[in-house]
Amino acid sequence: MNTVKTKRDVLGTSSLRPDGAAKVKGDFAFTSDLHAENMLWGATLRSPHPHAQIISIDTSAAWKIAGVECVITADDVPGQLTYGLISSDQPVFAKDVVRYMGEPVAAVAADHPETCRRALAAIKVEYEVLPVLFDAELAIGDDFAPIHPDGNLVRRQQIIHGDTSVEGDVIVEGHYVIGMQDQAFLGTESAMALPDPDGQGVQVFVATQWLHEDQKQMSACLNLPPEKIRLVLGGVGGAFGAREDISLQVHTALLALRTSRPVKMQYGREESFFGHVHRHPATVWMRHHATKEGKIVKIEARFVFDGGAYASTSSAVLINGVTHTQGPYKCPAAIVDGYAVRTNNPPCGAMRGFGVVQACFAHEGQMDKLAAAVGTDPVSIRLLNAMETGDTLITGQPVESVAPVARLIRETNEIPLPPDLSLNANELDLPGGSGITAERKHIKRGIGWGVSIKNIMYSEGFDDYSTAKCTLSDGKVTLKFATSEVGQGFVTLAPQIARSVLGVTDAVCDTIDTQIGSAGSTSASRQTWMSGGAVDGACRLVRERLFEHVGALNNIEPIRFAIEDDEIVDTAGTFRMSVIEASQGITISETFEHHHRATEELDENGQGNCHVAFAFVAHRAVVDVDPELGLVKVVQIATAQDVGQVLNPLSLLGQIEGGIAQGLGLAVMEEIIVQEGRVRNPSFTDYLLPTALDAPVVVARMVEEYEPQAPLGAKGVGEPPCISVTPAIVAAIRDAIGKDIPRCPVRPQDICL
Amino acid sequence: MSSNEFYTLKVNGTEHHVSDAWIGESLLYVLRERLGLPGSKGACEQGECGSCTVYVDGAAVCSCLVMAASAVESEIATVEGLNADGTLTDVQEAFVSEGAVQCGFCTPGLVMAVHHLLDQNSSPSELEVKEALSGNICRCTGYGRIFSAVDKVVAVRKGVRS
Repeated sequence: MNTVKTKRDVLGTSSLRPDGAAKVKGDFAFTSDLHAENMLWGATLRSPHPHAQIISIDTSAAWKIAGVECVITADDVPGQLTYGLISSDQPVFAKDVVRYMGEPVAAVAADHPETCRRALAAIKVEYEVLPVLFDAELAIGDDFAPIHPDGNLVRRQQIIHGDTSVEGDVIVEGHYVIGMQDQAFLGTESAMALPDPDGQGVQVFVATQWLHEDQKQMSACLNLPPEKIRLVLGGVGGAFGAREDISLQVHTALLALRTSRPVKMQYGREESFFGHVHRHPATVWMRHHATKEGKIVKIEARFVFDGGAYASTSSAVLINGVTHTQGPYKCPAAIVDGYAVRTNNPPCGAMRGFGVVQACFAHEGQMDKLAAAVGTDPVSIRLLNAMETGDTLITGQPVESVAPVARLIRETNEIPLPPDLSLNANELDLPGGSGITAERKHIKRGIGWGVSIKNIMYSEGFDDYSTAKCTLSDGKVTLKFATSEVGQGFVTLAPQIARSVLGVTDAVCDTIDTQIGSAGSTSASRQTWMSGGAVDGACRLVRERLFEHVGALNNIEPIRFAIEDDEIVDTAGTFRMSVIEASQGITISETFEHHHRATEELDENGQGNCHVAFAFVAHRAVVDVDPELGLVKVVQIATAQDVGQVLNPLSLLGQIEGGIAQGLGLAVMEEIIVQEGRVRNPSFTDYLLPTALDAPVVVARMVEEYEPQAPLGAKGVGEPPCISVTPAIVAAIRDAIGKDIPRCPVRPQDICL
Repeated sequence: MSSNEFYTLKVNGTEHHVSDAWIGESLLYVLRERLGLPGSKGACEQGECGSCTVYVDGAAVCSCLVMAASAVESEIATVEGLNADGTLTDVQEAFVSEGAVQCGFCTPGLVMAVHHLLDQNSSPSELEVKEALSGNICRCTGYGRIFSAVDKVVAVRKGVRS
């Protein structure tokens, strides 16, 4: 930007993205844009079967194709043959058996993507097809032979809390189904590996959410020390959870090491659907017991999360699901049983909302049933049960976070409803949009509610710390961290922190790589809190040393100094000096690690302080439905979100609107169709994403209550927007047509048949 | 094209020779991998997402669906051609200032689509904007800030004229 800044972009301002200009010009280097001299292309051969024995692999014909430089299979993996975020159960290449459609079997490196395609086609793999475990219920118990040495049950967790003998005056029950959603980031998986000349190390540019975790897993599989695998964050085209697991990292590095040449791999869209984990499809049963007024006295629930062929983060997703059974409501007693299972379906893991999306869809359906059963409305039932700070969760954990649930509901309720659909509305404004099939006179309008609670940061004893280094020199700050910038805007926030703490104007981010300690993953709505805390801590250490330096020169006790705008001022005297002047000719550098408070694992009854903190949000959806054609148009989403301190209003609004669009996708559009283990719609033609015409009007209120636990007073804001908007939209559809729809996404046949 | 050994593409007013290319290469591939113009992005390979939007003889098209060798007689314009003088266009400025950019992968295609829309229609209605941009998928923003950027450009251009 060439605009002149009249105000310093400190915390609380809508500071603009430092990479914005490069991105609008097409100059920003995404990983897929990278090139190296003498570079080869890599490509992956994948299993066409969801479950099969590999009888033989013959790569000889592929090797003979001109331009092919390397073909690798499981036999070429120099280290550990498997990887995984929580348990190392996923093969780098399938060796004896393939467990899901699309599992990697071999990889090639060649001079052109087309040569790669021919080489893959020339590899002969003989399979013996095995029975497919595609029903998650069959994976519980011993009904189906284990499809993996670790068994078919990934994890079971129960929660037994309070007086479980209590019965409600009113009991409502529901079975809910949540479909498999894809993160569908636009920039598909990509990496470029540059081998060291001695062949004993490799530099890898990669689009990832967590550089150090990739490095750790790659180190084991490549049998190289971690410091020999130098990862650099290549430009990342969105993530939403799908870049937390290893995809092409090991393959790309191994091809580069084998060929002694740079290798780039980049998935196409179809391959991307097979190349990363998805949101767990789940079935949830819930039974709510309440007083005759509607106050919840007990919840019973059962969750089954289909994790697909490999564990990924399924065990953590399960814990998030079961521990959020009650939603943002008081609940004194609970009996919950949850399963994460292994099947021959596509592997599932992290996606924005991480297990809480599934729980929320069920508990919000239940709240509406409860309202109907006691003769009240969706708003009143939620206000009656609204959680507050100090309440105890069904895990026994006290809610210490700011919990303004009632305020969120009230503020959302105050947002004006949209005008009625005009009698001569443009057909593009009707359900069906550009398909132009609905008729105005058939349209029915509905209103629905969703409210949610979401844990932020990692849980169950995991210390997901973050590291940052701040260097001040001649009035300029350089910040170094390994925090993955995936689009969320940490590269905007970090300099804002430095400007606020140090009074500088000129603050820039260094290359994001593994040449500093871990930042943890860009997930769980955690980077503003964790890496923000690390940057804040490093800047404060630098400020302390700057005060000492200036104090020594001017004979003033450093403790008397404070930063006021862009100056150092003596709070007990008249001295003032600009930070630029004070830091001339010196360099001060400090590194800080931010750790959140310790958490605990759950015991066998699901009791324990397993989460760090919580954020809340309310959504109200207004929809127009054509009941005969089963078409839906989401007209308006009203929302009030609990955000703590607002650090960048523009970025925050972007997170809210973007999350709502993804939640809308899960409500009415997006589902990976899997039939007996086979993915039927791995393309943007068949997997439908919200477009500009599907986007609702979003009216958002940011409820700003400083979070004392958070280093900057700010809660994570990334996940909450997408969580309760889905049940709100589905509730609005139910309201419009008067039909109980137990699943999302809602398909036309769920409405009209 | 009868030969796959050599052809010429006119991109952003400059002639580029493409040699030793496989004849099946898309315009997107040739722009990105052979001509050093990676501003156009590939995200779906099916013309569904609009990330690869370029102009061929003034028409906004998905360059992933155009065979490079079939565009030899055409004037091709890419996102790189918008900033010949190094400054941002009003649309680009507005995308940055209104928060329409997050990960940025869809952004070059959307910038091309918005310029194309406003060149055809200087005062589009809300629905016309939505329809014109409905061929460009953005997964990060939910489109709200993109609409805001379009509104800003329209308002500023009107102000300049009046």
